[in-house]
Amino acid sequence: MSKLSGLGGRLYSGETSFDFIGNRRRWYSISAVFILLSIGALAIQGLHLGIEFKGGSSYTVNKSGISIEQARASVADAGIPGEIIVQKIGNDKVRIQTGALTSEQSKAVESALTTTFDVTIESIDTQLIGPSWGKEITKKALYGLIAFLLVIMLFLAMAFEPKMAISAIVAVIHDVFITVGIYALVGFDVTPATVIGFLTILGYSLYDTVVVFDKVRENTKSVAAVGKVTYSQAANLAVNQTIVRSANTSLIALLPVGSILFVGAGLLGAGTLKDLSLALFIGLAVGTYSSIFIAPPFLASLREKEPAMQALAKRVAGRGGAEAVSASVAAPGRPAIRPSVGRGPRNQPKRKGRK
Amino acid sequence: MSTPNKTVKSPARSGRSLVILAVILLGLLVTTFIQGASSVRLGLDLRGGTSVTLQPRASNDANKITTEAVDQAVTIIRQRVNSLGVAESEVTAQGSGTNRQIVISVPGDSGRRVVDLVGQTAELRFRQVLAESAGISTAADTSTAATPAAGVSAEINAKYAALDCTNAANREGTGADSPADTIVSCSREGAAKYILGPAEVLGRQVSAATAGFNPQQGVTWFVSLTFDGEGTKAFGALTNRVTTLASPLNQVAIVLDGLVVSAPRINEAIPSGNAQITGSFSQVEAQDLANVLKYGALPLAFDRGEVQQVSPTLGADQLNAGLLAGFLGLGLVVIYSLLYYRGLGLVTVGSLAVAGALVYLLFLVLGKSIGFTLTLAGIAGAIVAIGVTADSFIVFFERIRDEAREGRSLRSAVESGWLKARHTILVADAVSLIAAVLLYFFAVGGVRGFAFTLGLTTLVDLFVVFFFTKPIVTILAGVNFFASGHPLSGLSPKSIGMKSTQVSATTLEA
Repeated sequence: MSKLSGLGGRLYSGETSFDFIGNRRRWYSISAVFILLSIGALAIQGLHLGIEFKGGSSYTVNKSGISIEQARASVADAGIPGEIIVQKIGNDKVRIQTGALTSEQSKAVESALTTTFDVTIESIDTQLIGPSWGKEITKKALYGLIAFLLVIMLFLAMAFEPKMAISAIVAVIHDVFITVGIYALVGFDVTPATVIGFLTILGYSLYDTVVVFDKVRENTKSVAAVGKVTYSQAANLAVNQTIVRSANTSLIALLPVGSILFVGAGLLGAGTLKDLSLALFIGLAVGTYSSIFIAPPFLASLREKEPAMQALAKRVAGRGGAEAVSASVAAPGRPAIRPSVGRGPRNQPKRKGRK
Repeated sequence: MSTPNKTVKSPARSGRSLVILAVILLGLLVTTFIQGASSVRLGLDLRGGTSVTLQPRASNDANKITTEAVDQAVTIIRQRVNSLGVAESEVTAQGSGTNRQIVISVPGDSGRRVVDLVGQTAELRFRQVLAESAGISTAADTSTAATPAAGVSAEINAKYAALDCTNAANREGTGADSPADTIVSCSREGAAKYILGPAEVLGRQVSAATAGFNPQQGVTWFVSLTFDGEGTKAFGALTNRVTTLASPLNQVAIVLDGLVVSAPRINEAIPSGNAQITGSFSQVEAQDLANVLKYGALPLAFDRGEVQQVSPTLGADQLNAGLLAGFLGLGLVVIYSLLYYRGLGLVTVGSLAVAGALVYLLFLVLGKSIGFTLTLAGIAGAIVAIGVTADSFIVFFERIRDEAREGRSLRSAVESGWLKARHTILVADAVSLIAAVLLYFFAVGGVRGFAFTLGLTTLVDLFVVFFFTKPIVTILAGVNFFASGHPLSGLSPKSIGMKSTQVSATTLEA
């Protein structure tokens, strides 16, 4: 642990530095590959939608020692048309899913199950979804997503700057694509709980991005006036300075989500908890990646296109200061970008050289 | 707030924040006592019950989906559900405009009756019976086809003969029967089929209906009903005309949603507007019929969007699983923060405890005051929020460390670190809050519970960071254990990555 803290210190001072921004083409290509894979998976396999989206009925019988075959035979005897999916959940539950049924057909299934397995009708957990229901919630989820992206973009543009808002949204859309792609590829069930998890992740991925951008903003505030480092270099230092924080926040966020996933998938079998936490888990991982590897480099790309920043880059290059920030900080006596530039009278020279 | 790096805020100010926090906690506690709220209201998925979501459907031109119509339907369904006498049943409309849905939740095992009851959604009508026979198809057997009553077209007659009420598909109420037409219809159980004349009395003309029983004739249940002025006239005319006719023409069918609920024989003309339906009713049948008569007329037809029935066993399982996941998640976060932040980790633990207490008390108070119920999705939202809350502390602590690395004394590092962390925390929590609010407005059912707890806990997180975490850290910064950078404090020079000599050199400046 203290090793990690020590690393945090070195990253902060720039003594140790990873070139996140400079290697952006590498990260972009990795993400591009993933996004292409996702689009491919979506086009070829599509999403595995739960009955909430397709319409259908689901019956869960709680009784130990019942077999899938018995359940299937029982429902088939009740004269239910269409495909019947029977799953075993845990040791003592069987779940039967059918297409959309009328209330009479549904009653027939229930009574068939009660007689076959000798259970009371109250102990069967049922869920009936009308055929038009799915369209309704899909529409709502889409509206929610669009409204979310617009509002967040506006908010971030006000809280930070427009280009940061654009970069953050690009990172979020990147997360959406890859998470959806993973769902299509692996064939996880998509239920409304998945969609909730998903929308939450958008918020969470932004949380990480906000933490990084806040530091980027601080470091780059007077970058043009000082003229010692380029925008990219200052931004890269910010990413390095916040990486321990990002790792920590992501890990801390993953711990509770992981325990929901563990309990939901391990103890309950299937249902809201599992669907929700799986989406959160995947989304968090992707979101952490994008807040470090996608959002800041994209922001730097946007800002470096500005004439002022290009002029700055030229100036810095002219001075021969275009090496990595880490090098320039480590070299004694050379002025370096410091997070506290212009922030008060405390300029004790500090020795950087640990090891 | 004060200017960035000059003043170190006085501990008195921190003390004041803590006092405000204590007052609020105490206030909430007192409120729960006054309200008598002792446990969090659990959603149906955690204690068992039935929830039905109905989507309005415009079945014909007469009923358009309007906000008023949906509100009216909610009132009627609520009366129907309440008539079942199940405590804590709820009927609410969600969404807006044509997208409004009605959500009915009934706890416990009685949900199945509710599903049947609210399923009867279309308008109630009284029609004269023109023909009646057993509910099987008689198309092949023309000899038994009922003698056509006067005014019944051959087309209707053929339809009637072919109708097979034993087929479930023919017993789905449509609500599309036009009041002015002569129709063929099944009884609800499918045992009989009818040809029915045009509607003469409508459900909204029934002003009261009750179930009762006559002790003199043993326990025979009957339903008495009263018509309003218009209804009295129409029903009087109808009964006066049919009572002298031969069976089955002297029967009046009560038709709901295109199906015959009951077809009592009219023994005499009833001009008074007060009628009694007798028969071999059980108590439940009589009460259900009374309810149908009383609350029968819904202004809209509905599709069942979603019906969810959760047994109490599954409910208890889900509650336990949710709580287990919560404790597990909380435990892991606590262990991690203690390992990583040492002494500062204790602040995290304390802050989480305060946040937990606040959230729990708010659940209690909101449960009583606005009917907030905790669902499984809500528990998941609260657990996810543990992460969000802990993140705020991390942002704060890492900022303090950053400032300490700059060579500040702990006290000034806390203050200047806070000023920077505050901005990050505010923006990040605002993003979470926006997500929660939008989720709440664009979602139905369980999703709303999730969004609500997520939003609530985010607000609590903000509050705790400002009124507990920050003041506590300020106070601790004055304590030697932390200020001197003790190895276990989490602020030792080693753990933030610099040499101890530097700290002692730079603390002089403060």
